[in-house]
Amino acid sequence: MSRIHVETTINGEPAEFLCSGEDTLLTALRDTLSLTGTKEGCSTGDCGACSVLLDGRLVPGCLVLAAEVEGRTVTTVEGIADRDSLHPVQQAFLNQAALQCGICTPGFMVAAKALLDANPDPTEQEARYWLAGNLCRCTGYDKIIRAVLDAAADMRKATA
Amino acid sequence: MQAIRYEAPGSVDDAVRLMQADPEARVLAGGTDLLIQCRAGGRRPTAFIDIKRIPELVDITVDAQGLRLGAATPAADVSADEHLRQRWPGLAEAAALIGSMQIQGRGSVGGNLCNASPAADTPCPLIVNRAVCVIAGPQGRRTVEAEDFISSPGQNVLGSGEFLAGLLLPLPAPSTADAYLRLTPRSEMDIAVVGAAVSVTLDHSGICTAARVALAAVAPTPVLVPDAAHALIGTPMDPAALDRAAEAARAAARPIDDKRGTVAYRRQVAGVLTKRAAAIACERARGN
Repeated sequence: MSRIHVETTINGEPAEFLCSGEDTLLTALRDTLSLTGTKEGCSTGDCGACSVLLDGRLVPGCLVLAAEVEGRTVTTVEGIADRDSLHPVQQAFLNQAALQCGICTPGFMVAAKALLDANPDPTEQEARYWLAGNLCRCTGYDKIIRAVLDAAADMRKATA
Repeated sequence: MQAIRYEAPGSVDDAVRLMQADPEARVLAGGTDLLIQCRAGGRRPTAFIDIKRIPELVDITVDAQGLRLGAATPAADVSADEHLRQRWPGLAEAAALIGSMQIQGRGSVGGNLCNASPAADTPCPLIVNRAVCVIAGPQGRRTVEAEDFISSPGQNVLGSGEFLAGLLLPLPAPSTADAYLRLTPRSEMDIAVVGAAVSVTLDHSGICTAARVALAAVAPTPVLVPDAAHALIGTPMDPAALDRAAEAARAAARPIDDKRGTVAYRRQVAGVLTKRAAAIACERARGN
């Protein structure tokens, strides 16, 4: 079977891998590149666990073909922290204890980062709508939303 | 099992050639329907022809002619484009209702039309705005009006080797506006029980001079309802006219009973949403 050679940028670093024509970005990240922070949930685009940024745009990793990321920029949960200091969203999830089992957490963090990149001062309603495609079956959503709004406030303070 | 090839042509002509060379290849836009159907045991294509590297297929242009919308443009771009939102707010609001932000980052209006789900949100706004589908194929390009594009659930008029390249929406006349409303049991991440799109044009005294009404999820394909439009034309869009449009919408609905709603409920809601969407379109048209 002929393999496709893909050169791309993942979390700011050049990366290359081999894939088949039907491999998803999700499987390439997890199984080929060992970036297992991105989780597999439903694999039908319904749950948000595999959320990643493709050229800065929020997408489900399960519905992107691995071959599509040739020459593109991919950001996963592993790439949102600034070296040694957590992204404000990550810190806020810790502060608010906004997780239990943790499977949905990377997807929520990536989706929340995308929200705050687009809208630094979301209302609670805007945050809830934006994150509607991220499902959590443990915590309920209140702590998650509180964490996202806290992170937004922290980020605004940092840039003020 | 045969491996599926991945091709990413840079032009429409190259995509046509690839399609022509391989009748079992499938065009890939956002993949939010195609990839799921393939994995769920649908027909396995021999190749994915990814059309998103073709600049005109992921582009939004609004000029004096109207809107040129690349078929593979993600819904997120459609709902975020200021010029598009200003002139076709109903289309923008339908694009913003599809799935999650993640899905809107992938799924396209063109793909939504091609997938031909009876409950799809964007076909009705396309239809009321007289959208024309530009189809690329071995014989060159041809056009089909949006209301004629979907032939039955999951089926469209694309022939062998053809694909939807773009959508052309004529610039609306002055004092024209559209609106789209749908009913879902949940506020997010759900599929329409009924959808209604309305476009109206008003004259300087507020009398409706042109209207189009289309309904989703009440028949095997989107339904254009000329009787509802006629009920609005020539009126000041007063409550009595809106009631007559609602009555026409109920009469045109041919829904099914399923877990999402009963026939009686869907009929009722078709009337309610038509009335409300017409009122919103009218309000917007007054402001244009």
